[in-house]
Amino acid sequence: MTIAAKFEIEYLQYLDAEGKQVRDDLPEFAKDLGHMVELYKLMLSTRVFDAKSIALQRTGKLGTYASCLGHEAAHVGIGSAMRPEDVYAPSYREYGAQLYRGVQPREVYMYWGGDERGNDYQKEPARHDFAWSVPIATQCLHAAGAALAFKIRKEPRVAVCTIGDGGSSKGDFYGAINIAGAQNLPLVAVIVNNQWAISVPRKIQTGAPTLAQKGIAAGLFSIQVDGNDIIAVRKAMEDALERARSGNGGSVIEAVTYRLGDHTTADDARRYRGEQEVKDGWEREPMKRLRNWLVGKGVWDDEKEEAWKAECDEWMDNEVNAYLETKTQPVTAMFDYIFAEVPADLAKQRDYVLSLETKGH
Amino acid sequence: MAQITLIEAVTQALAYEMARDESVVVLGEDVGVNGGVFRATQGLQEKFGELRVLDTPLDETTIAGVTVGMAAMGMKPIAEAQFEGFIYPMMEQIACHAARMRNRTRGRITVPAVFRAPWGGGIRAPEHHSEANEHLFTNIPGLRVVMPSSPARAYGLLLAAIRDPDPVMFFEPKRIYRQYKEEVPDDGEALPLDVCFVLRDGTDVTLVTWGAQVKEALEAADELAQQGISAEVIDVATLTPLDFDTIAESVQKTGRCVIVHEAPKTAGFGAEIAARVAEECLYDLLAPVERVTGFDTHIPLFRLEMKYLPSVERVVDAAKRTLAVS
Repeated sequence: MTIAAKFEIEYLQYLDAEGKQVRDDLPEFAKDLGHMVELYKLMLSTRVFDAKSIALQRTGKLGTYASCLGHEAAHVGIGSAMRPEDVYAPSYREYGAQLYRGVQPREVYMYWGGDERGNDYQKEPARHDFAWSVPIATQCLHAAGAALAFKIRKEPRVAVCTIGDGGSSKGDFYGAINIAGAQNLPLVAVIVNNQWAISVPRKIQTGAPTLAQKGIAAGLFSIQVDGNDIIAVRKAMEDALERARSGNGGSVIEAVTYRLGDHTTADDARRYRGEQEVKDGWEREPMKRLRNWLVGKGVWDDEKEEAWKAECDEWMDNEVNAYLETKTQPVTAMFDYIFAEVPADLAKQRDYVLSLETKGH
Repeated sequence: MAQITLIEAVTQALAYEMARDESVVVLGEDVGVNGGVFRATQGLQEKFGELRVLDTPLDETTIAGVTVGMAAMGMKPIAEAQFEGFIYPMMEQIACHAARMRNRTRGRITVPAVFRAPWGGGIRAPEHHSEANEHLFTNIPGLRVVMPSSPARAYGLLLAAIRDPDPVMFFEPKRIYRQYKEEVPDDGEALPLDVCFVLRDGTDVTLVTWGAQVKEALEAADELAQQGISAEVIDVATLTPLDFDTIAESVQKTGRCVIVHEAPKTAGFGAEIAARVAEECLYDLLAPVERVTGFDTHIPLFRLEMKYLPSVERVVDAAKRTLAVS
């Protein structure tokens, strides 16, 4: 028998669900316990932020919101590995990565609170990142285009996109990794596989045993990691970013995690999945294992946990207040960003709307 | 000075702007070594290299999405859809991202891209190669929809489209790609977007059209002149944002309006112009507005396609109907 091609998909994990280290070869960043504490703190603040967002929605102060509960290791692992000059193209729930890159909670609230200014990230490096992308997987091609721009301009930058398990079924995802392979683009595509695309489970998205292997078809380096283990996510990201930056090609990383919450606040997951599955999901969630590991190393304890939570609460209260105090944009704002300058024909509609305002309509 | 065709004017504009601005890149299927199936990008890859004249994988969604991403990073990509009938997979990227990026980010990210596509029928092409669907784009906010009707206007409008800070759909009427030549100085002078061009002055009836049908409209005007009827011919050129003032001024003068376009009649862009004439010029009208268009059918395969496209006779008849009223 002649074999035309052969491949295998590595699975990477450093910490098991209880926080027991399953490999001795810790990556360099994980040997810096001060840094690991920082990562844990951002994961915790992401969780506090998420709970605050849901509370805002439940009390009518936010529109529909897509929670990130359970994705903290995957998201912070992605964001913390990137350099400021890299570019991030998220879908719509990767707050852990985005907070690391300077997106402010008040901006998340504004976006889900019905104000386009939420997409106008004020702080670098988020300011040069893409905004949230609601149409599934479309952002993968934006990242591929950014990667192509970096290649043409010979800039040592990498474009990173994230999608879900459902998103990996879309042609845009395949198109992005395909052109990345064909043109050797500095693209890192992370599939945050949280097992559910609203109500559709992972097993009926595809017959492929892993989502990572889709990258093989495109000629990219491909790996599956425990997406609840931030050390594994961060290590796979660092390796992928280094390969891409040095011109050695793009990667697909499948981060296996679990969506502990509903798809969005408009969803009720009890309609389509059992309690036991969610309980099992909580057994594997990302915070506990890192906390246990850090406590075991003697660098974290309950007192620090409570102190940091209190700081997060204060931060979020401040952000919520800033959000709630934000005045609605003038009605003319709907016209003012359609083109660089308002065309004469559109200006007539703008004037009309303005006249309604002055009449008090 | 060389006389060139419309397709050569497209190439000339691309080459001029690529030499002037290194952020301009061209991408699409077969645009590289092959120079495009219509040769619009002939010789560009030799001049500007494989990365700035990029042969993409055969996926229109990829072309459009990558174009958005490059433009967001400050480049000026010019994407080619090989035929307008193949543009449908691009529509999500165009409508959901290219056209709304500026608005949804309050100006933080912009998409200064051009999406070029050979447009329309009349070249005896296979199925799906002859579509006229500009009206699907004129209803999308944030897009400019531009169609040249001569070599000089192809050169000047394409330069303007590339330099424009927002996304432009640039539909090239392939029936007139090589129909005639004219002098087009390679001087880098752009024509203005967002304005209609009055190609012929007249006093009795206004013929409003764009793209390949400009030819039929001008020929109809010649024929009408022989019958003592003075027709004004307007090339809309930029469909959206529409310069309705130029059309209104003409209709107020002539009192009669015939709209000519190749796309199907119902909800074609002619419907928008007719509605605007009704809203703003009703009391100037001496006769009902006429539309001479493709039919509400798929454009037939090529044995019948010329029966579908608006002919000079149909335009002349419509104009005379408006004159018969009063």
